[in-house]
Amino acid sequence: MMAMDRRQFLKIAGLSALLGLGGKTAFQWLAPGEAEATLQQAPMIAGKKWGMALDLNLLDEEIMSKCIQACHSYYNVPNIGNPKEELKWIWKETYEHSFPGQENEFLAEKFHGRHFLLLCNHCTNPPCCRACPTKATWKREDGIVMMDMHRCIGCRFCMAACPFGARSFNWGDPRLAPKALNPNFPTNPEMPTRSKGVVEKCQFCAERLAKGQMPACVEAANKIKPNAMVFGDLDVSDSNIRKLLRSRYSIRRKPELGTGPNVYYIL
Amino acid sequence: MLDKALKGSPTYWGWIVLLLAVVGAGFMTYLYQFQEGLKITGMSRDVSWGLYIGQLTYFVGVAASGVMVVLPYYLHDYKAFGRITILGEFLAIASIIMCGLFVMVDLGNLPRMLNIILYPNPTSILFYDMIVLNVYMLLNLVIGWNVLSAEKKGMSYPKWVKVLIYISIPWAFSIHTVTAFLYAGLPGRHYWLTAIMAARFLSSAFCSGPAILILLCFIVRKFTKFDPGKEQIRTLGSIVAYAMILNVFFFLLELFTAFYSQIPGHMHPFVYLFSGLEGHAKLVPWMWTAACFAVLSLLLLIVPASRRNENTLILACLSVFICTWIDKGLGLVIGGFIPNPFEKVFEYWPTLPEMVISVGIWGTGILVITVLYKITVSVKEEVAA
Repeated sequence: MMAMDRRQFLKIAGLSALLGLGGKTAFQWLAPGEAEATLQQAPMIAGKKWGMALDLNLLDEEIMSKCIQACHSYYNVPNIGNPKEELKWIWKETYEHSFPGQENEFLAEKFHGRHFLLLCNHCTNPPCCRACPTKATWKREDGIVMMDMHRCIGCRFCMAACPFGARSFNWGDPRLAPKALNPNFPTNPEMPTRSKGVVEKCQFCAERLAKGQMPACVEAANKIKPNAMVFGDLDVSDSNIRKLLRSRYSIRRKPELGTGPNVYYIL
Repeated sequence: MLDKALKGSPTYWGWIVLLLAVVGAGFMTYLYQFQEGLKITGMSRDVSWGLYIGQLTYFVGVAASGVMVVLPYYLHDYKAFGRITILGEFLAIASIIMCGLFVMVDLGNLPRMLNIILYPNPTSILFYDMIVLNVYMLLNLVIGWNVLSAEKKGMSYPKWVKVLIYISIPWAFSIHTVTAFLYAGLPGRHYWLTAIMAARFLSSAFCSGPAILILLCFIVRKFTKFDPGKEQIRTLGSIVAYAMILNVFFFLLELFTAFYSQIPGHMHPFVYLFSGLEGHAKLVPWMWTAACFAVLSLLLLIVPASRRNENTLILACLSVFICTWIDKGLGLVIGGFIPNPFEKVFEYWPTLPEMVISVGIWGTGILVITVLYKITVSVKEEVAA
């Protein structure tokens, strides 16, 4: 287990002082419990290059479903019940469709028929941000590719530009999604719902990070299996994600396109 | 001069009323789309652009092709085209209006459209496309209007117009180059990621636009006392012939690269379009129709006898129009999205409301061209009398 180091301790202490929090509460809030603290690179506001590593040896179908559910219910992403208008921020896909061009007929048996968990790669050099005519999608200094659904004009240039299919468009009004499929919509009254005609996608839970929380999918996965998903700062050489990537073999989706995906898959 | 558009025969007014009805139907259907969202179209998460953006691309080409009459007249002093430059310029104006409308109906949130100007992103090609298209329309409007007014008064147009004309020539090339860059710079869309995209766009524009112009010239000759001229039409026919040869040649270059290299990602869109992929083949009959008309048009255009015969030239121009419309207005956009980034096939086909809206925009374009050509022809008839 990777414990919290001195550097991380100081960061949390500094941040908690800024936020005017007492010592112990701050640690419970920003890095709740020692077990969770081992998973993260806190504090969550000060990252330079957020990244994610998914350990496919630990992630099973059930955990992946829980991750998707956690994300989509947190962000009020409705089930439209129609692949044509599908909205998804994180989803399952088989190996050959996750890594097209990498498939081979002698693929290790453990990957046969199993799924991978896909989401926005928060690329270092994101083509979607380059293409957007209104800066409604842009790259934050901490590396998160953000989306302003109030500025988006719905031209869908970003969807054409994204080589990972990470973006969804509200073809209709998401608030009118079938009630039978979304009995409790909106599932999270604290988060906004979207209007029709705008693009949306994963934002690495920017507002959860601001509160010192892990992304919803990471939290959901690690509740079941610690270290199944590791989120942290790729710019800090002793962060947990960097330690993990140093010790294990990982691949990324379509690295040859030069977008610099920041989501890593440990095989 | 605008008053010329208000004096016409019953046939003229009947035609205007018919077009207004088509425009009205399109507009009402658009209100329905505005209310319901773009889900009433055939577009999807996987094929996120469709008929609208295809038509935008096609008509940017038609607009750019106005330069095929302007350039020989002003740069090469080819006097014969003096009679028809105005027809080319006004065709460009109608086309750009159609382009603007196709962009607008494609937007998910039209009321926010001005965000492109309020929060411009200098790395977005769409930003530049907006600029070059608007400036090109303005150039053609100012040039066309001044040249026609001068002709009416029996004078030569002011000197500053000449400056604008010289600017408009490279500008025409720029609009279609920038439109090609909308596609050609996106990683992971194999069908579009090709360095000769702009060259292909220009070649298909310079055959389809003049082909449409030839057809319009025949219509003008049939319905008015103004004859655009035998020589003019014949020269346009040669331009269509050269450009169509280039257009088909460039397409064959794409086929060679894809199929000799055998790189799956490069081959898949072509396989999908021409023979179907994983059992999905909605576009196959369309693409083969385009291919057949390409061959037919080449035969008719390359053989001098059929190119010079006006009846076979009309057939050749119709063939060029059908071929390029399918290739660029339909296949180009859809082929870029199929297979999708997961190498899966999710097909697209425009819905009825989507087609009605598109036809409404066509109606608007034809209405604009009718009015502008009516003014032009009235002035020319008056001057001749």
